Amino acid sequence: MIPTPNLSHLTSKDFERVYEPAEDTFLLLDALENDAEDLKNSRPSICLEIGSGSGCVSAFIGTILGRSALYLCTDINTYACQCTVATGRQNKVCLESVSTYLDRSLHTRLKHCVDLLVFNPPYVPTDSVEVESAQTSPAIASAWAGGVNGMELTNAFLKLVPELLAPQGRFYLVAVKENNIPNILATMLNEHNLAGKVVLQRRAGREHLHILRFEKQASQVQT
Amino acid sequence: MVRLITHNLLSCHAKGCTTNNFPLQFKDAEIEHRDAEFNPEFIRGLLPKIEWKALVDTAKGLGDTSLPDEQPEMMDDELLKTLHHVLLEVHIEEGQMICPNCNHVYPISNGIPNMLLAEHEIA
Repeated sequence: MIPTPNLSHLTSKDFERVYEPAEDTFLLLDALENDAEDLKNSRPSICLEIGSGSGCVSAFIGTILGRSALYLCTDINTYACQCTVATGRQNKVCLESVSTYLDRSLHTRLKHCVDLLVFNPPYVPTDSVEVESAQTSPAIASAWAGGVNGMELTNAFLKLVPELLAPQGRFYLVAVKENNIPNILATMLNEHNLAGKVVLQRRAGREHLHILRFEKQASQVQT
Repeated sequence: MVRLITHNLLSCHAKGCTTNNFPLQFKDAEIEHRDAEFNPEFIRGLLPKIEWKALVDTAKGLGDTSLPDEQPEMMDDELLKTLHHVLLEVHIEEGQMICPNCNHVYPISNGIPNMLLAEHEIA
């Protein structure tokens, strides 16, 4: 049992500005924990989390993998970046936080270098205007407002994934039923040549949460 | 935190800026040294991802001349320790990073680089 990261340094005031870990976060932690041995054996050297928020997920990954990997975290919300760093410190994991949109400014240098890629995107269906305003003046809504089908940010990122992943890299994505999961899997396979599957799912209130895992190596074997 | 390992992975992504946009140049950098646990295996794993010249030039710009100009083929423990220090123990807490091509300024505040661009600056 890998302990959930200690977030006692963050207060309710922080969670007015940064997404507070909830069922979706915990389901992602469970999926990572299930794969912990595999992840350790694959000896990742670069991990990248897009939209790290409180830093809970990357701190958890750091607890699994220890001090033999670099933990890069991005968030469009600069306040979230500060929380990410603080959570790293609290849990004795060094998290490198960069305030940016998705993987911008890192993409060029990280091509085919990312061993472990994680994205818990804003997946809640909203109208497009809402996602645009959330992303241009980032506040708490940037953590959940997902636009049409909850997929606007996810779609923008999915096309970047094949280029980011190292030859044996893995990518974990959080999604809900409304995101049309069969369609995500088909698009990734057909357009981006990345095979994936649902590794965990759980109902939490109104949300039917899924964790998708994509593997570059598995895709290459199949093609 | 901006450590030199992170800096070595950042390039300018402003509209139209696609060449000579790496490495970003530090300006008014406030530096802190913080000890990190030495892990030779980790450093070896990072080596293929590092742009050596950019790292050496950046370190020199910050007053650290401990790395050789050319990347040695053999990495002994001493050199790995030097690299460990340069890559992982030098923290830039405040300052700016400037694109050598388009001069865009990316500020660093509380150790966090702000790479966000305004709508009209996005490629």
